[in-house]
Amino acid sequence: MQRIGVFVCWCGSNIAATVDVEAVSEALKSEPGVVFSTNYQYMCSEAGQNMIKDAIKEHNLTGVVICSCSPRMHEATFRKTVQGAGINPYMVEIANIREQCSWIHKDKQTGTEKAIILGKAAIAKVHLNAPLTAGESPVVKRALVIGGGIAGIQTALDIAEAGFDVDIVETKPTIGGKMTQIDKTFPTLDCAACILTPKMVDCAQNEKIHIYSYSEVTAVKGFVGNFTVSIKKKARYVDTTKCTGCGVCTEKCPVKNVPNEFNLGMNNRRAIYIPFAQAVPKVATIDADYCNMLKNGKCGVCSKVCTAGAIDYKQQDEIIEEKYGAIVAATGFNPIKLDNFDEFAYSQSKDVITSLEFERLTNAAGPTSGQLLRPSDGKHPHTIVFVQCVGSRDTSGCGKPYCSKICCMYTAKHAMLTREKYPDTDVYVFYIDVRTPGKNFDEFYRRAVEDYNVHYIKGMVGKVAPRADGTLDVQASDLISNEQLHISADLVVLAAAIEPDKSARPLATMLTASMDTNDFFTEAHAKLRPVESPTAGVFLSGTCQGPKDIPETVSQASAAAAKVIGLLCKDKLTCNPCVAHSDEMLCNGCSSCEKVCPYGAITYSDKEFRMPDRTTAIRRVAAVNEAVCQGCGACTVACPSGAMDLKGFSNKQIMAEVDAICK
Amino acid sequence: MTFSYYPGCTLKTKAKDLDRYGRKAAEALGVTLEELPDWQCCGGTFSMSKDEIASKLSAVRSLASAKDKGNDLVTLCSACHNVLKQTNDAMKNDPDFSAKANNYMKLDVPYNGETNVIHYLEMLRDRVGFDKIAEKVTNPLTGKKIAAYYGCLLLRPGKVMQMDNPENPTIIEDFIRAIGAEPVVYPYRNECCGGYVTMEDKALAKKKSNKVASSAAENGADMIITACPLCLYNLNKNADESDIPVYYFTELLAEALGVKD
Repeated sequence: MQRIGVFVCWCGSNIAATVDVEAVSEALKSEPGVVFSTNYQYMCSEAGQNMIKDAIKEHNLTGVVICSCSPRMHEATFRKTVQGAGINPYMVEIANIREQCSWIHKDKQTGTEKAIILGKAAIAKVHLNAPLTAGESPVVKRALVIGGGIAGIQTALDIAEAGFDVDIVETKPTIGGKMTQIDKTFPTLDCAACILTPKMVDCAQNEKIHIYSYSEVTAVKGFVGNFTVSIKKKARYVDTTKCTGCGVCTEKCPVKNVPNEFNLGMNNRRAIYIPFAQAVPKVATIDADYCNMLKNGKCGVCSKVCTAGAIDYKQQDEIIEEKYGAIVAATGFNPIKLDNFDEFAYSQSKDVITSLEFERLTNAAGPTSGQLLRPSDGKHPHTIVFVQCVGSRDTSGCGKPYCSKICCMYTAKHAMLTREKYPDTDVYVFYIDVRTPGKNFDEFYRRAVEDYNVHYIKGMVGKVAPRADGTLDVQASDLISNEQLHISADLVVLAAAIEPDKSARPLATMLTASMDTNDFFTEAHAKLRPVESPTAGVFLSGTCQGPKDIPETVSQASAAAAKVIGLLCKDKLTCNPCVAHSDEMLCNGCSSCEKVCPYGAITYSDKEFRMPDRTTAIRRVAAVNEAVCQGCGACTVACPSGAMDLKGFSNKQIMAEVDAICK
Repeated sequence: MTFSYYPGCTLKTKAKDLDRYGRKAAEALGVTLEELPDWQCCGGTFSMSKDEIASKLSAVRSLASAKDKGNDLVTLCSACHNVLKQTNDAMKNDPDFSAKANNYMKLDVPYNGETNVIHYLEMLRDRVGFDKIAEKVTNPLTGKKIAAYYGCLLLRPGKVMQMDNPENPTIIEDFIRAIGAEPVVYPYRNECCGGYVTMEDKALAKKKSNKVASSAAENGADMIITACPLCLYNLNKNADESDIPVYYFTELLAEALGVKD
């Protein structure tokens, strides 16, 4: 018989307000095996933990039940506590009376009743607990960063700096991400390329960093410390080891009408291209959708002009497999498509553009060489209207419910830079709220209003009507003076909401990492573990976790790197001992468990058994590799004969809990 | 192809052409429109007050009557369509409203939004098909530049009406192509004409109507077509800055099909 101690936590008023903690500890006192029961304001505090340790010694406890918050919060804490008092850490059970009880009930009586039942279930389980010992698994000292924007670049540089190998997988032909398309950066207005491209070069030159550009992750197997990742290197029809990036092919290619994605389709590139002059790696890529040679075998100009002999029309996609100890998701964002916002006439007028297109129009390396010219007629616009929150903070269902966070600042930047360079231009900004919480951010916005005379108007634009004379009639409301406005504009710039890149969801599935309803990766804890995914060994960097500006992205990228370094520094990881094991006498060799195991932890072998009549028989039975098993329990459910069981969560333990609840 | 048909009060008085040509064109297209024998006024406007029941009951009666007939209910007037469609949606999806309406009406079988309400234009697009209409056109309106005027009621609220994208619709433009003419797309085709405000603020109604008519004219339209009697009235009487003519779309359909007398 176990000697069980019960410890009921108030969690300040979190539990005590809706659960009568005194009644719970009193009721559980009379459960079989319980020799001690008490309650305390903060069981996780030092005083609370000492109370547990003292009780273990004083009452010779063999098992402990803690009625408190979710085991995800403090199970590890209390396991350490009891270990300190000499009990096996797996002799602790947590009854979750906070998330699953006090927080969701209003009535104290029902809350108390439920808390007692949950406590009884945990006591029933702990009776059947057995001491478990954790094994160890090795750590592959190499990290994978998925996404080569500023987030991925910073994470990779920091990991490499600590002396670990790190690979970057980037789907585009070059690393650099969205920041390469931006002209200047708020609030200091330094040029994005000038601060980003040296970092890109650092990545390329760092011998610890390997860049897989124009590549995608196609499969992820394994677990923390020991992931096996398949990476597809898409055929770029150019041998990257030979290409010198001279660019002659991109000048001679006869296919000139390919929309240039780097300039958001505002000008054209060739079928063989280098995205921009500072691309890393600086090698050409052939766009198979447009290349005449690849489409119908007629052309071959690039091959003829290439003195390095780098063109290879026969190149195929190649899949490689690599092992990693840690994976960082840094898949970034995209502006939303504006199909649901036709009132702004984006699809009807060339002179209605997005903010990212505006960046390209003002960038010296952009389609107009930095001259702010209207896309329709190439003339200088004299009245510009900026519309904020296009699809952000939208509860109608057309856009996104969240604030995209960066738009207020970049719009202030656009407005200010326009007034600076073209003082004869009238600039209007329509906003719902101006949100500038960041170091030197509000000062920046006020400069736009006070020093640069940008007309900030609180209110939304209702309609942008393209007129036959080429102007845009902007209908809007001014909420402060309560009047309808009609502004005849030459250019309208829409601050489109940002959303996670489309590759994030399939990646999350591969990583078994969780996402929120907006497809942003979920962090392990919103406040205390903001750069880790709940899936061990998976870390989050940049806007794949939520909207962020560059300073915040870089901070998070370095934080994720620190977490990765902490993991890679270890030679071995303590395994979870709550793994599956098979009872050979019950196993009938059906392979059901092997089929459902997501980790490939189950193998079969033929074994000799002595039969009751003293003969021997060869039977096929399952065996679990405990170093690979993650304790998900899928096999225990699939096993038809009941041979498969999970340590720490055995069928008997779970049935005992159910019985205790139903009693 | 047989549908129940809800004409509405205005189509029996001020907007007889909308009704008359609509019926003739339907006949020419092989569509039978059976007028609901006991229809009542739709209520005119769909009250935005959630607890307003009384003004919506006559719409519920017509909808319940159409359910008994068993066919989809076709409407023609934009305002009637808007009221019937929104009331039907409330009967289907607002349990509080439908319970109150049913309690009041004491029907033999409670009505819960079973009738499918479609606009005449949707019937043309989704049931007959614009391509089939184009085949039956005997008198194509070739060379005519026509501006579609949607107004505000036909497409909004978009989630309930579910006819077309309210901010960038195409259904009437596609209709114009089907009868052989050329659609003129102009930005104010889905803006308000002024509506009932003409009763108390003529200046405002004139401003709104002129904006629409002038925008159509500025973009080179010969005429405007609409499905709404009130829009037609406003554009004819209040848009005094241009003399662009305004017709019901059914009149042009009848003309193209060669059944306009």
